[in-house]
Amino acid sequence: MNLPEPMVRIDKLWSVFKTAGVPTVIHQDLDLDVAQGELLSIVGGSGGGKTVLLRQMLGLETPARGTVTVQGRPAAELGRAGASSRVGMLFQHGALFSAFTVLENIAFPLRERGTLPARLVRDVAMVKLQMVGLDAKHAHKMPADLSGGMVKRVALARALAMDPPLLLLDEPTAGLDPDSADAFCALLQSLHHELDLTVVMVTHDLDTIFELSTRVAVVADKHVVVNATPQAVVDFDHPFVHDFFRGGRGRRAQALLHPPVHPA
Amino acid sequence: MRTLFTLYCRPVEDTQPGLSTTHGPEGLRVALHGRWTADALSVPQVWARVQQALPPVSEARAGQTPVAWDVSAVQRLDHTGAQVLWDAWGRHWPTTLHAEPVQKAVLERVARFSVPMPQAERPNLHTVFLALGRRVSRVGYHAAGAVRLVGQLLLDMVQLLRHPLHGPWRDVSSHLYRIGATALPITALVGFLIGVVLAYLMSKQLRQFGADSFIVNILGLALIRELGPVLAAILVAGRSGSAITAQIGVMRVTEELDAMRVMGIPKGFRLVMPRTLAMAVAMPLVTVWTTLAAMLGGMLAADLAMGLTPAYFFTALPKTVNIANLWLAVGKSCVFGVLIALIACYYGLRVKPDTQSLGEGTTASVVSSITMVILVDALFAVIFKSVGV
Repeated sequence: MNLPEPMVRIDKLWSVFKTAGVPTVIHQDLDLDVAQGELLSIVGGSGGGKTVLLRQMLGLETPARGTVTVQGRPAAELGRAGASSRVGMLFQHGALFSAFTVLENIAFPLRERGTLPARLVRDVAMVKLQMVGLDAKHAHKMPADLSGGMVKRVALARALAMDPPLLLLDEPTAGLDPDSADAFCALLQSLHHELDLTVVMVTHDLDTIFELSTRVAVVADKHVVVNATPQAVVDFDHPFVHDFFRGGRGRRAQALLHPPVHPA
Repeated sequence: MRTLFTLYCRPVEDTQPGLSTTHGPEGLRVALHGRWTADALSVPQVWARVQQALPPVSEARAGQTPVAWDVSAVQRLDHTGAQVLWDAWGRHWPTTLHAEPVQKAVLERVARFSVPMPQAERPNLHTVFLALGRRVSRVGYHAAGAVRLVGQLLLDMVQLLRHPLHGPWRDVSSHLYRIGATALPITALVGFLIGVVLAYLMSKQLRQFGADSFIVNILGLALIRELGPVLAAILVAGRSGSAITAQIGVMRVTEELDAMRVMGIPKGFRLVMPRTLAMAVAMPLVTVWTTLAAMLGGMLAADLAMGLTPAYFFTALPKTVNIANLWLAVGKSCVFGVLIALIACYYGLRVKPDTQSLGEGTTASVVSSITMVILVDALFAVIFKSVGV
């Protein structure tokens, strides 16, 4: 028996952007493996290339060097038909289709398959809508009529529409009130448990990091400097880790680590 | 080759969703297997098979035969699969259900959230009546908006005349370049071709009457007075009018307009006025340029088709076409420019923050500015019917 294949494997990745003809290196020989069933948080400074890393996993950016493999296939092949059942993405600003209603947005990936009857697709979308904590009465609203937090939830519902095994989240709790953020964490945890979901999220929210993640990867100096359990990362000796986790906010949030909350 | 092999020889049967029914002593027993996921179920053949197999089982339920459901062998049950089952059960829990706790949790969530669909608002007689009224009052709303925009432009112009050094001149010059200079190649090409076509068509007709030399009158009057300004205006409306609407519309979508307002920067003075000024200056210049290109085309075609030399053309033109026509054309195109800029800005500022509204606004802007150009041109023709002809 060989080892189970990692959900995401990033091998010697280089991400390079050209600004006014001058190449800027974002990632340099970056390695990262995400195992099946992990809840991985990616943390790092602003402009450190966290979102670019997510976009590389989605195949939205092309590696300058190195490879990105998602579920055993190159990430560049993700954007083909049926992608929504392999990976779900929650964009930072929702990226809802503004010409569709909330329900049509959520039902979109499933409806595009064109096989399942409209009634079933609608019911599935309604379940998803309420699953993320929205009321059924919002189903026919347009995205322009929603608040920022609601947009985020609808976007999450759409990312989950096909129950993909891999979920990528970009700043999932930014802009949510504390209550909604807690509900979001609870939902993610139960989905992770029930559907064996693998989650990769970029976040600055220390509470979310300590409450949810089974692993934390710190992106700094164009590499992943450490990829370990939250407690091990906090104890890791690196200037960024020190500033990020052991500042005033970090110490308050770490109270969540004792006693450990998750049955991993 | 190897990938193909693995692709086709994968044990497909194991992962496809399916069910088997057995009649036992205590009634019907339905065992589910495979992957009951959205991805697997939305394969047409699979869905057809599942649909065929499920209804008889549901009927047995309705006929009060006890049915025992066994879900525990299912490899993966997601919310779509659970919804299919829940619907098959007639949205009630079956009397006997074997399921893993994890599967039960998914089923319970679907059961909890399967609610009747909230009705979307259907149009009735009252709402149709209200919609009609809204459409009628929108005409007045547009008129008021147009008046407000023109009034604001006049106030901004007064402010500019008072403090000419504080004007947004950099914006004006950049718009001049974008509206005027970058439009030169396309307007020259279109003008030249129209001139050639017109001269060829006319030469055929004029030769029948032996009135070859009148080609100068026809080309001169038609191109300078009418075709030059209208052609240039239509091209610029399509090119720059749509660009202005889209640009301002995107500024609305990205909340840049709100940011300007919060910083106390008047959008009339910084957005509408520079564009209108640039258009008012660039449009006459583009018109003269288009007319020149068209005359050149006409002159060449006349030389080729009728042997009318350019030298004759140049001497005959000032005698046959009154210079007043040129001034009329320049004045007219200045008005066209202002109208195109104002209409484009008006629709741009009305865009709502969604993609559909942006598209509609751009279309409406181009269509109304071209219509307006032709209407105003007709008005000019009526008012100045005794000038220059």
